[in-house]
Amino acid sequence: MNLTLNIWRQANATAAGAMHRYELAGVSEDMSFLEMLDVLNEQLNANGEEPVAFDSDCREGICGMCGLMINGQAHGPEVTTTCQLHMRSFKDGDEITVEPWRADPFPVVKDLVVDRSAFDRMIQNGGFISANTGSAPDAHAAPVEKKLADLAFDVATCIGCGACVAACPNGSASLFLGAKITHLGSLPQGQPERDTRVVSMVGQHDAEGFGGCTNIGECAAACPKEIPLDVISRLNKDLRTAMAKGY
Amino acid sequence: MGTPDPSGTIPTNQPSVQKSDDAAGFYTLGAPLIDEKAPTGPINTRWQRRKFENRLVNPANRRKLDIIIVGTGLAGGAAAATLGEAGYNVKSFCYQDSPRRAHSIAAQGGINAAKNYKEDGDSVERLFYDTVKGGDYRSRESNVYRLAEVSANIIDQCVAQGVPFAREYGGLLDNRSFGGVQVSRTFYARGQTGQQLLIGAYQAMERQVAAGTVTQYTRHEMLEVIVADGRARGIVTRDMVTGAVETHLADVVVIASGGYGNVFFLSTNAMGSNVTAAWRAHRKGAYMANPCYTQIHPTCIPVTGDHQSKLTLMSESLRNDGRIWVPKNAEDCAKDPRDIPEEDRDYYLERIYPSFGNLVPRDIASRQAKNMCDEGRGVGPAVKEIQPDGTEQMVRRGVYLDFADAIARMGQKAVETKYGNLFDMYARITGENPYETPMRIYPAVHYVMGGLWVDYHLQTNITGLFCSGEANFSDHGANRLGASALMQGLADGYFVLPNTIREYLADGPFEKIDESHPAVVEAKAEVEERIAKFLSIQGERSADSFHKQLGQIMWEYCGMERTEEGLKTAIGLIRDLKKEFWTNLKVLGTADSLNQSLEKAGRTIDFIELGELMCIDALNRRESCGGHFRGESQTEDGEALRHDDEFAYVAAWEFGGEDANPILHKEDLIYTAIEMKQRSYK
Repeated sequence: MNLTLNIWRQANATAAGAMHRYELAGVSEDMSFLEMLDVLNEQLNANGEEPVAFDSDCREGICGMCGLMINGQAHGPEVTTTCQLHMRSFKDGDEITVEPWRADPFPVVKDLVVDRSAFDRMIQNGGFISANTGSAPDAHAAPVEKKLADLAFDVATCIGCGACVAACPNGSASLFLGAKITHLGSLPQGQPERDTRVVSMVGQHDAEGFGGCTNIGECAAACPKEIPLDVISRLNKDLRTAMAKGY
Repeated sequence: MGTPDPSGTIPTNQPSVQKSDDAAGFYTLGAPLIDEKAPTGPINTRWQRRKFENRLVNPANRRKLDIIIVGTGLAGGAAAATLGEAGYNVKSFCYQDSPRRAHSIAAQGGINAAKNYKEDGDSVERLFYDTVKGGDYRSRESNVYRLAEVSANIIDQCVAQGVPFAREYGGLLDNRSFGGVQVSRTFYARGQTGQQLLIGAYQAMERQVAAGTVTQYTRHEMLEVIVADGRARGIVTRDMVTGAVETHLADVVVIASGGYGNVFFLSTNAMGSNVTAAWRAHRKGAYMANPCYTQIHPTCIPVTGDHQSKLTLMSESLRNDGRIWVPKNAEDCAKDPRDIPEEDRDYYLERIYPSFGNLVPRDIASRQAKNMCDEGRGVGPAVKEIQPDGTEQMVRRGVYLDFADAIARMGQKAVETKYGNLFDMYARITGENPYETPMRIYPAVHYVMGGLWVDYHLQTNITGLFCSGEANFSDHGANRLGASALMQGLADGYFVLPNTIREYLADGPFEKIDESHPAVVEAKAEVEERIAKFLSIQGERSADSFHKQLGQIMWEYCGMERTEEGLKTAIGLIRDLKKEFWTNLKVLGTADSLNQSLEKAGRTIDFIELGELMCIDALNRRESCGGHFRGESQTEDGEALRHDDEFAYVAAWEFGGEDANPILHKEDLIYTAIEMKQRSYK
């Protein structure tokens, strides 16, 4: 198929960016979206134009490194990561707009690459269970109800890609945050730090400039791992409980 | 030859004596290599005794000691967290935008541990035995025993961190049997075990970032190791955003940068997985051990065209119920498989290996799939392959994995419960519905057992340079068992390295060196010159195009089956490719900005040099063992034939200089607790 691509090009964090238009012929429907961009980049390189910078690593939907706004949707039209989106979701003659994640706390580094280090800083502020290596009791010392273990796993599948933030009109990271609070807060090991964790992580979330949640639900719709919206209710409940205790 | 000796003093084998010399002219024989840190005495107390013998570092001194760790996967991330908790001053580097993205995250199956929670006869001894045997007797027994021993602690640690392993209704951890072993010792978190373990290590590491003991440098690529006055004292990195070439100095350097499967261009590794950190260390004097040992996984989704950027693995468990076949007649290959009648199908594994059928080991299943496609009976889209003479050929690279019988026998519902997520993944990538039409599979490079040579303390032959995880060679011999990669990464990171590195650091802090030290100046200048060189060539071809061509050479001649003739051809082709690279590379953009083409150029040339060494190693090893199959060394039935009398050694290669022969050092593998045996699958 033949495509027209409108791609955001920006030389660096401070430069002004603009949309650039490229024609790409001979795209196979078996290509992944990123392989289509690889082909474009080979073409650009051959023509003496610098290739489009974009992030990707595992290309199997698990590392969370890739992420593009495709025709205004985070990760494009399917419920999956950008690397798992294939060109059979498009048709000959399509015009496709490709932009980086849109959110102030994710500044553009170059072209389609953004800086998501705010997520690391949120994890640094309590997104863990304090257990030094070697201090652990036997793994069977504390049984965990299967229902809770399954819930913890379901939300722990978050890949930290940032699609939730990019999709949210408020630029909120509440889904990311809620997933981590629910994961660690569902397990018995996570209880001792449950209150301090939520207060600290929410504080960092706000300090990074992420917006507040107004229950729009775009985040859950865009999430490639289908993290459910109700993790945000749990986040709010945990925050309320902790604050009521004076944390 | 003798029976296993519990005191660990009487060997069960003699040192091997190599009679063949296929690689004559391509290498120089160096002095034999001995692991001076190898422990002695009863095998089951070796690690315990060594931990006691290794000196401690006073807690007050730890913060004065700087540790550099390159890589944030299980091996690197776990080590950064643990050493940070101990109070050392850790600097952690990764090329990704966050430590959480390292490719350990993609491991699906699980992690082995000798917990014996199922009371099915498992033990440290059994895990040890299975791992040495699975590695085709090409690993060190002391290292493997230690791995089995600490495996149980890993599970405890991960559970304490909140890793959500699968549980039973009683709330206790569930286990499954994996990779053909007869005990259930594999812990798992659905098909995402690697992700959950990595997030656990990442969170532990981020906690230390908050505590101020770990400083993380993301989007930084290590491009050189600094060796000053005989010790590794730091690294040179490039900040991938600003392009700044920086030096980082420390008392000790750890390389935990993963495997080099991407030397084949197409593999199940991440796009960025590379050999550069390890290869730069190799060029500075670190030995590269057994580089030819490559694991090829039989059940991956086939290549669809020359746009292909990576390959995706599907769990091997599919072979439990799927039947593998190709058309008997090449003219049927383009047909809809449902229109090919039963009598025109060749269920070749069931035909050749009637007792194991579709469940033959990974390497046999892989090799036979290639043979079928080489015969012209492959299925799926024909893809372009470049022949050694430069001509192009269209070949179908795929075989059917058919669930029609399983669906008829068990019902679609049961198949869905068992394999639903894999079928969904397949459908997403191929656009085909595997419930209706047979899946297509083809082997792909998955893991490398070779890596930097390390002693029992995980220290390379460069003093102060350590190496852990897939980047080192030590634990898997010639073949890795399923669910053992995660085990090794975390064993090294949480439990081994922290207990061995303290013996080294007990002599520190070492004399401070600064940016003006000649070794630092020289290493930095080398990096800057290389970068400038890449940009100055201004030829016609992208780095990716060289990388792809290298991958085709490696896959054809140093892949599933290797022969003397093929390997010699490959070495010639790789040397030509290297020459062309340095004269015809095209990298646009600048050095002082994010430049992905520039990053690829550096990685590609290191892969090219590694590829040549892999071929020389494979050429020298005229035996078949584990993931290394030499056409010249097989039984009448086409099974791998080991030559313990000639090759029961670790091949540790020393860099011989630019365009000079590498130097081979042999470390004999001597067993006391185990006796070597040949495997058989008929």
